[in-house]
Amino acid sequence: MRSKTFLSITGLVGLHLILLCAGFFAPYDPTAQDRELPYAPPTRMHFEDGYGFHFRPFVYAWTTSLDSDQIESYREDRTRRYPVHFFVSGSSYNLLGGYRTTLHLFDVESPGKILLFGADGYGRDEFSRVLFGGQISVAAGISATLIALLTGGLFGIVAGYFGRWVDEVLMGVTELFLSLPWLYFLLGVRAFLPLHLSTLRTFFLLTGVIGLIGWARPARLVRGLVLSSRHRNYVLAARGFGGSDFYLLRRHLLPEVSGLLLTQATLLVPRYIAAEVTLSFFGLGVNEPVPSWGNMLATLQQYNVLVSYGWLLAPACALVVTSVLYSSLADMFHSRLKSYST
Amino acid sequence: MKSVARLTLHVCLLAGTCFASAPAPDAAKPGEELARMADVSGHYGGHLTIGERAEPKTLNPVTATDVISREVIGRLMGDLIEINRSTQQTEPALAKSWKISPDGRIFTLQLRKGIRFSDGYPFDADDVVFSFNLYMDEAIDSPQRDLLIIDGKPIQVTKLDQYTVRFALPRPYAAAERLFDGLAILPKHLLEKPYREGHFEQAWSLNAQASEVAGLGPFRLKQYLPGQRIVVERNPYYWKVDRENQRLPYLDELVFLFVGTEDAQVMRFEAGETDIVSRLSSENYSLLLREKSRLGSQLADMGPSLEYNFLVFNLNDLSGKKLGEVAGKQVWFRDLKFRQAISAALDRDSIVRLVFGTRGAALWGNVGPGNKLWINQNIPHSPRSIETARQILKSAGYAWNPAGQLLDSAGKPVEFSIITSSSNTQRLKMATLLQDDLSHLGMQVHVVPLEFRALMDRVFQSFDYDAAIMGLGGGDADPNPEVNVWAFSGTSHLWHLGETKPATDWEGELDQLMQQQMITLDYAKRKQLYDRAQQLIAENLPFIFLGTPDILAGADSKVGNFHPAILDPYTLWNADELYVRSPAQENAGVR
Repeated sequence: MRSKTFLSITGLVGLHLILLCAGFFAPYDPTAQDRELPYAPPTRMHFEDGYGFHFRPFVYAWTTSLDSDQIESYREDRTRRYPVHFFVSGSSYNLLGGYRTTLHLFDVESPGKILLFGADGYGRDEFSRVLFGGQISVAAGISATLIALLTGGLFGIVAGYFGRWVDEVLMGVTELFLSLPWLYFLLGVRAFLPLHLSTLRTFFLLTGVIGLIGWARPARLVRGLVLSSRHRNYVLAARGFGGSDFYLLRRHLLPEVSGLLLTQATLLVPRYIAAEVTLSFFGLGVNEPVPSWGNMLATLQQYNVLVSYGWLLAPACALVVTSVLYSSLADMFHSRLKSYST
Repeated sequence: MKSVARLTLHVCLLAGTCFASAPAPDAAKPGEELARMADVSGHYGGHLTIGERAEPKTLNPVTATDVISREVIGRLMGDLIEINRSTQQTEPALAKSWKISPDGRIFTLQLRKGIRFSDGYPFDADDVVFSFNLYMDEAIDSPQRDLLIIDGKPIQVTKLDQYTVRFALPRPYAAAERLFDGLAILPKHLLEKPYREGHFEQAWSLNAQASEVAGLGPFRLKQYLPGQRIVVERNPYYWKVDRENQRLPYLDELVFLFVGTEDAQVMRFEAGETDIVSRLSSENYSLLLREKSRLGSQLADMGPSLEYNFLVFNLNDLSGKKLGEVAGKQVWFRDLKFRQAISAALDRDSIVRLVFGTRGAALWGNVGPGNKLWINQNIPHSPRSIETARQILKSAGYAWNPAGQLLDSAGKPVEFSIITSSSNTQRLKMATLLQDDLSHLGMQVHVVPLEFRALMDRVFQSFDYDAAIMGLGGGDADPNPEVNVWAFSGTSHLWHLGETKPATDWEGELDQLMQQQMITLDYAKRKQLYDRAQQLIAENLPFIFLGTPDILAGADSKVGNFHPAILDPYTLWNADELYVRSPAQENAGVR
C-alpha cells in the first residue's frame, strides 16, 4: 500500500513538474509548423548503424514520397545520422511563466528532427504539444473540478443538513441548472464575448463555464448523503450531547462527504479536460495554434485520423495516465479518512 | 384444423412478403415517346445501398431545401430538361424538344406523349402548368421561386395543347434551359386537392403512404422506416430505355440508409454494408485507397470541384452599428494593397497538400480548373512570395516594429480574427495555415471556430467579425447562379451586404457585366463578359481565393455504369443506368 502511495505521489509530482517546465522538456515550439512533415510518424531512436554501436542515440530524418495512388509515405533517409544532444539551445520560451530561456533538454541538429510522438497534420511536434497542452488542460481541469465540487459540496451540505425550505430552494436551483438548455446558453455566452480571447481569459472562461455547468450534480449527491447521515445514531447522539451544527458538520458529516467528493474529483478532472473539446465547438475552447489536450483530442474525432495516425492518441494516453494517478491518490485519501472515522 | 389453415395462411403471407420483388418494367406501349439512351447497357435486378449522413426532411420537391432530401427526391422525380452531369450540357428529358424565339424570350417545349407517372396516371401539359404554378406561388415560398422570378416578374407558363407548353420570360435570359433542371414535374391528380385545401406544404411528408407519392423519375417510394432507411423501387412506367430498348432503370431497388456522419458513411462502405459513397474528404478517400485491393472497390477522383473556398474581409457599412473596433480595422481591409499583400503571402500549395492531401487545386479566382467551359485562363497564378507581400505593405505605408510586428501608418499593430465553421475541418485547417503564413508578415491573426449558425449570424446579420473563411459555388458550371454573389444587390454579396448602389467603381462594372452576361445568348460574347468579370474579381480581391477540393467518390466493384461527375448529385445522377454486375462481369472488369 505504502509503495503504491509513494508511486502515485511521485508520479503526480513528476507529471506536474514536467508540465510546469514543458518548455525545457519539449524540443520545439509547439506552434511551429513544418509543412514538409504532415502526419510524420514518431522518429525512431537508433544506437546502431552500419559502422557499429553508438552510445549516443541518433535519429534519421524522414523523407516523403508519393506512391502511384498519390498517398504520401514516410521513410528514413539513412544517408545522414543526427545524434541526440542534451542541454542544447533552441527556440525561446518562458520557464515557469517568467524566465526567458532557450535551453532544452534534448534536440538534434537541423535539418534533422526528433519527433518522439510524431507530428500532427501541420507537421507540429506532437510531444512538445502534449507537454504544453497539458499545462492548460490539467490546470483548467483541476480548477473547474474545485469550483464544481466546492460549490456543489456547499450547496449539498447546507440543503441536506438544514432540510425543509432551504433544501427545497437549493434543490430547485440545482434542478434549474440541470435542466437548462446548455447548447443555447453556450451560444449566448459566445455571442456576448469578444471574438478573440487571450489564452489566460480562455482559461478563466473554461474553468468558469465548466464549473458552472458541473456543480449541480455533485450537489445532489452530497445532499442525498448528508440527508441519510444526519439521522444516523452517532449524529443524533452527538446532537443529544449538545453538539453545535458546526461541530456536527465538521466532525461527522464532512468526513462522510469528503470520500464522495474525492471520488467525484477523480472522475471529474479527466472529464472536464475532455469537456473542452465540446466547448471548442462553440468557440469557447483554447484556439489554434495554442495546444491543449482538449483541442488535440478533437482531431481524433475524425475516423481517418484515428485509424491512420495512431501517434495522435498521445494526448489521450497522457489523459489516462493523469486520471490513473489522480484516482490512486483519491483511493489513498479515501482509505485514510475511513481509518480516521472508524 | 382451423389452426392448420391459419398457419398455412400465415406461411403464405410471409412467403409473399419475402419474395415480393420490385414491379417488372412495363412493356412499351404504342404511341409512347420514350427516350433512348444509345450508349447505355446493363441488366435487370438487384439493389444498391447508399449511406446518407442524415435523414431527408421531406419528399416534397417544392419545399425541400436540404441536400439529402433533394438527393432522394431527385430519384423519384423527372424534369423537363436535364443537365447531363457528365457532359455538363442540357439534354431533352420530359420535353423531347424545345424552340427558342429569336429574341430569346419565348421557350416552346414539346412534351413526350403517352408517358405515365409512377402510379400509371398519364402525364401532360396540365401537370407542367400546375407544377410551375406551385413553384411560383408566393405563399408556398419554394426555394426554386427565386430562379423563376426575373427582374421581379414571374415567368409566364401557358398550355398550348395537351403536349405543348410555352414559357414566356420577362427578358432574354442566357442558358434559360438550364433552369429546368431540378424543377420536378408533379402529378396534378395527386397534389391539386391538398393545394386547393391550403395544406400543400404538409403533403408528401416522410409519413406519406407510398401510394400517395408519384413522380416521373426512375424510382418510386416503397418504404420509409424512421431513423433507419428509405427504400425506393423501380418505376415500371419510366420513360427511358437503353440501347436494346429495355426500359430503365435496371435496379429493382435503391436503399438510402441513414448512417449519421461522413465517418460512418466510410465505415459502412468499408464493411460492405453500403455500395456507393460520395462527398468524401481526401483523408477518407486515401483511407479507402489503402484498402482498395481488400475491398475491391472502384474509387474515382473526378478532379477539382466547382466550389471555391475563400477568405473574405468585412467591408460592410457599419454606420449605425456599435462595432467601433471592427470599423477601425476596416481601414486596412478596404485597402486593396493590404488584401494584395495577404494574397501574395498565402501558401496555396500547402493548402492543396495539407488540407486536400494533394487532391484539390489552388485558386486565384472564383472559377476553378474544374469548370473548363468558363474559366478565364489569363488570370495570373502568382507564386507565394513573402518578400513581394512585404514590399506591397511597405508601399502602402505599413512598417514593422523591432519585435517584427506589423504597424499601420498610424502606428497601430495589425491584429484581426478569422472566423470559420467549427464543424468544417478543412476550412479550420486553412485558417490555421493562413494564420501561420500571415505571422511571417508580422500580422497577429486569431482563428475563431464558431458553431455554424453563430457564424452565419455574424456574417449575414450582425456583421460583428473581421474576416471569415467560407465556401461558395458548386451548384452549376454556368455563371448565372454566381450573379447572387457578384451583383452588388445579391444576397450572397458577402463582403458588403445590402448595398443600395455599388460602393466602388469596379463593383459597378462587375454588376453590369454579370447582368449583361445574363441576357447575352451567344456563348462567345458571354464568355468575354464573364472573363472580364473574373479578371475584375481577381484584381480587386473582394474574396481572397484559397482552393477547391476534388470530387471524390467510391462504389463497390459490383456497381455497373458508375460514372461520378463534378456536379451535384455526384454519383446518383445516372441512378437509372446503374446496375448490379454479375461476378463474372466483375472479374472481367466490365464497367
